[in-house]
Amino acid sequence: MLHTVNKSPFEKNSLSTCLSFACQGSDVLLFEDGIYGALKGTQFESEVTEALKKCQIYVLEADLRTRGMRKENLIDGIKMVDYGGFVDLTVNNNTVQAWL
Amino acid sequence: MSEEIKKKFLYVNRKAPYGTIYALESLEVVLIGAAFDQDVSLAFVDDGVYQLKKDQDTSLSEMKNFSPTYRALGDYDVNKLFVEKESLEARGLTLDDLMNLTYEDEDDDWAEKSSIHVITRSELAKLMEEQDVILSF
Repeated sequence: MLHTVNKSPFEKNSLSTCLSFACQGSDVLLFEDGIYGALKGTQFESEVTEALKKCQIYVLEADLRTRGMRKENLIDGIKMVDYGGFVDLTVNNNTVQAWL
Repeated sequence: MSEEIKKKFLYVNRKAPYGTIYALESLEVVLIGAAFDQDVSLAFVDDGVYQLKKDQDTSLSEMKNFSPTYRALGDYDVNKLFVEKESLEARGLTLDDLMNLTYEDEDDDWAEKSSIHVITRSELAKLMEEQDVILSF
């Protein structure tokens, strides 16, 4: 299934809860303020790195760039998608869980 | 206007830009307030520090990029922007990751100076105590 997170991990615990729920083989998409969870150097980096062992994590490029970040700022292993990629993720997964 | 009492105003910014409207609204209120010739300071705490991240590029999201507006603050005599050190560190950011915001100091032969000051939480707490009015965003 696809999990989406659109809140900053510093503001809400959506990312932490999502990552603890996400099962082996799940997809996780970070967008809007959720992109802050995908960045190197934050206090959430180890939690995200650990989650990458069981699921694939994606970040929406438009929201990343809007906030002044780019590919180099991402934790290794996180993939960037465009709006078309967002659509593909929702189509390729049977269910979507939006962690607001 | 000069007969009136000058008050110390502090705008506290704690939200990331774009995800919510708080950052943009705060900036608008600061610019409106700048017309009243008060002693204005801005504080950036928690996710608020992300408001000052450089290289914001909204071409893909097609949102309004309001980050260049922070550069105009110096022209309105809003030149005390305090960024909390602890918040930067928790996010793996340094001063180099922030926009270069400056003003020209009329008391020092119009020398160009940085408006951004990185201070600790305890220093910021002290600064808050000195204010007459605090507006929170």
